[in-house]
Amino acid sequence: MTVLLEVSNLHTEFHARAGLVRAVDGVSLKVSRGECLGVVGESGSGKSVTFSSVMGLVRSPGQVTQGAIFFDGRNLRDLSREEMRAIRGRDIAMTMQDALTALNPALTVGEQLAEVLEAHDETLPTGRTARRTAIRDRSVEMLGLVGIPSPEARLRQYPHEFSGGMRQRIMIAIALACRPKLLIADEPTTALDVTIQAQVLELISDIRARLGMAVVLITHDLGVVAEHCDRVMVMYAGQVVEEGPTDQVIGAPCHPYTRGLLASIPRPALRGQPLTPIMGQVPDLVGLPPQCRFHSRCPLAQPQCLVEVPMRDAGPGRRSRCLRLEEMA
Amino acid sequence: MTDAALAPTSAPAADSLFRRNLREFRRNRLAVASALVVLLFVVMAVAAPLIAPQDPNATDLFRRLQPPAWIEGGDWAFPLGCDGLGRDILSRIIYGARISIFIGIAVILLATGVGILAGLAAGYFRGWVDVVIGRIVDILLGFPYLIFAIGLMAMMGPGLVNIVLALAYKEWVIPCRVVRGETLAVRELEYVEAARALGAGPRHIMWREILPNILSPVIVVSTIRMANVIILEASLSFLGLGVQPPTASWGSMVSDGRAFILESWWVSTFPGLAILLLVLAINVASQGLRDAFDPRFSE
Amino acid sequence: MTLLQVDGLSKHYEARRSLAQRLVGTPRSVVRAVNDVSLTVAKGEVLGLIGESGCGKSTLGRAILRLHEPTSGRVTFDGTDVTALAAPDLKAMRRRMQIIFQDPYASLNPRRTVAEIVGLPLALHGIASGEEARAITARVLERVGLRASQLDRYPHQFSGGQRQRIGIARALVSNPDFIVCDEPVSALDVSIQAQIIALLLELKREFGLTYLFISHDISVIGYLADRVAVMYLGEIVETGPVAEVLDNPRHPYTQSLLSAVPEVGPRRDKARVRLQGDLPSPLKPPKGCKFHTRCPLAIPACAERPPESRGVGPGHVAACHRLDGNLSLLEPVR
Repeated sequence: MTVLLEVSNLHTEFHARAGLVRAVDGVSLKVSRGECLGVVGESGSGKSVTFSSVMGLVRSPGQVTQGAIFFDGRNLRDLSREEMRAIRGRDIAMTMQDALTALNPALTVGEQLAEVLEAHDETLPTGRTARRTAIRDRSVEMLGLVGIPSPEARLRQYPHEFSGGMRQRIMIAIALACRPKLLIADEPTTALDVTIQAQVLELISDIRARLGMAVVLITHDLGVVAEHCDRVMVMYAGQVVEEGPTDQVIGAPCHPYTRGLLASIPRPALRGQPLTPIMGQVPDLVGLPPQCRFHSRCPLAQPQCLVEVPMRDAGPGRRSRCLRLEEMA
Repeated sequence: MTDAALAPTSAPAADSLFRRNLREFRRNRLAVASALVVLLFVVMAVAAPLIAPQDPNATDLFRRLQPPAWIEGGDWAFPLGCDGLGRDILSRIIYGARISIFIGIAVILLATGVGILAGLAAGYFRGWVDVVIGRIVDILLGFPYLIFAIGLMAMMGPGLVNIVLALAYKEWVIPCRVVRGETLAVRELEYVEAARALGAGPRHIMWREILPNILSPVIVVSTIRMANVIILEASLSFLGLGVQPPTASWGSMVSDGRAFILESWWVSTFPGLAILLLVLAINVASQGLRDAFDPRFSE
Repeated sequence: MTLLQVDGLSKHYEARRSLAQRLVGTPRSVVRAVNDVSLTVAKGEVLGLIGESGCGKSTLGRAILRLHEPTSGRVTFDGTDVTALAAPDLKAMRRRMQIIFQDPYASLNPRRTVAEIVGLPLALHGIASGEEARAITARVLERVGLRASQLDRYPHQFSGGQRQRIGIARALVSNPDFIVCDEPVSALDVSIQAQIIALLLELKREFGLTYLFISHDISVIGYLADRVAVMYLGEIVETGPVAEVLDNPRHPYTQSLLSAVPEVGPRRDKARVRLQGDLPSPLKPPKGCKFHTRCPLAIPACAERPPESRGVGPGHVAACHRLDGNLSLLEPVR
């Protein structure tokens, strides 16, 4: 499999009133064609900012300060605004957590789909009528693809006329309209009920298989990752702390944070046993010293952990940011 | 990543929302300057007997329509000139500030008090209370403000207290609507429900849980409205329905000068400018307040 | 010993009609948010109430506490008919029945300090005041894992997890017997969730509390509840001991709910039931069994009359027309 997206040493900083926040601090990652990468982290871990940076959507007071983002052989950081706009939507698409606010309430679903197709699809015919028919056909096709019944009629409806699950599908349809090579799904199911969540996730997996598209699934739910992703990347306080094949990371985590996260998930099998939550809370990202960011909450922490810890190899295809990873096995 | 995600650990100790808002306000220089202008007018009104160079009611027919000091025929003892009865315009403006500011504050206090009571009751109890208060509000809103006040003044006769009543009679509708709307929103919040779950009664909920959280928009709206009330008072006085002569009021001063507007422009112009300056300062300052205290309302 | 008994509790909301609609004579449309629900909670027990958004589980919790006045039915708490209590007695009863809310941001008054928020029940019920109240508040605050030095801070100075602890302290300070936990961990990050769940269980043991634990998260309910009740469109479709219901769900809705939960663990091909479509509008609920529009096992009878609740195991009750055939959606489908 060839690499589609390669991010190396990405830094994104925010100038908050309290000081400089390194929201993304040296993140490197790879996504191969057709692969599904899960990105797991809690709020403030930098998982969403990382991919907003990839999309070139970081807004002031935030700024990408360092690093390279190679997509399909081009460094996105070298591109002009115009070129970047052309890539967004056509080559890389992103769906947001809250479909209600991400869709324009004043335009029908059909109009919003047409907008994207108009902007990006070069295969459309040039004649006006032919073009309009082509857009219509594509729109109907996309809504059908995401499993919306009677798509012709639904094209004329507004976002508020759909249920939460349907809106998420519509957003996915818009994201997929131009057959992107990479879909970044930011918490696509967090706002949805579990039965609807299952429908949407299966839809994404299904479309990925059919279109051969790569997917980055940003989530806080390890269960979602376990069931849908090939590889997983765990983030904590702006850094990647562990990555590797999903089964291995979840089966035998080699970073104390991943291990703590897994032990934090309540499940029926653990009835009667005490949960072992990670103590304390995420550190304030303002003015963090260059040392292991997890050490204040880490059960394995030792004085030697107060240094900057690099990502280290932890077996084939696996890496972890822990000095003591050998002891974790 | 938002500021909010980082706030908990970095916020300084014991910092109330009010103080944060105040800091926000202080950052807005134009608003602070305007607030100072308003303050200046207030000081002027309070200290009028100390500041005014002349007795505002002393007439002197020899100084009738005397021009401002910098124009030929002027006198620095009467810096802004004299009116048709030879009274010092500057002194009358200084004393007039008392009327404008007193009426502005009195009307707003009264109207806001009534509005808060009525709005809280309507928004919290809803049902028939809301319907009754809502109808009264609708009816009052149906009358043009000035004509309504003129009618009331004609009925009650002139006088300071009557002006306050005539203006407050309709003015309370504005804070009432704001309070009602905010109450409707806040009463559904979980912390209000939490207070109910703990056994709190309507009084506690309205005064302690809801009111402190809706006070910002009310204060903001009230200050904005104060400018309007001052204009209305000036209008009433202009029409001769306000404070009775010889008491100085900006509105009646403008009115007095109408007859000489072409040859003795200063008689009307300076009190007019005073109205303009005070109203403008209140407006700018209240907009600064709004931006700081109630960012939802600003663009 | 039964601490809380709910009999035929309903909460209906009338949708507003415009004047024009009233003139034309459009019939009132009623949302049956909670419809004829009966359940019991034993002392010291955790009853998990599970269901998707809009199923009425939060409304049920609030109707039990009379935060939303029930339309009909009865709630008996420790032998007292709560639904019949007049205002002063209800206020006294609130000391014993508490609630913890989902949203740690909306549930704390932003203009009040922690001492005022947590100490409010003490003042309202005349339990303590002044220094004494402050001392009690400080003690409870420390018990839930905060510091007494944080008494004079405002909610915005705390993180989500800490705020939830403040909400727990507030519910705890009047020494209640029963707490409705309305999705208390849903808004929190995974690692914080675990802290709060652990705290709630500790407190339950320490103070002999009884919980009605409302959640949409089956894993959480499966971990901490003793019994579970599954709700769909305002009605309870299945109840039973948690192990029974999770291992041997009998109602097709429970079955599909369980199979939809993504699980951590080595990937295995579990039998999947995928429900089609969305929750029907509560304004126009389906006739007969409310689940029949999405149920893969539905037969014509399901659309005609609502199913009766029937015992299907020790303490295990389900309401479905198709229990006899011992049908299950969870048989391996491959």
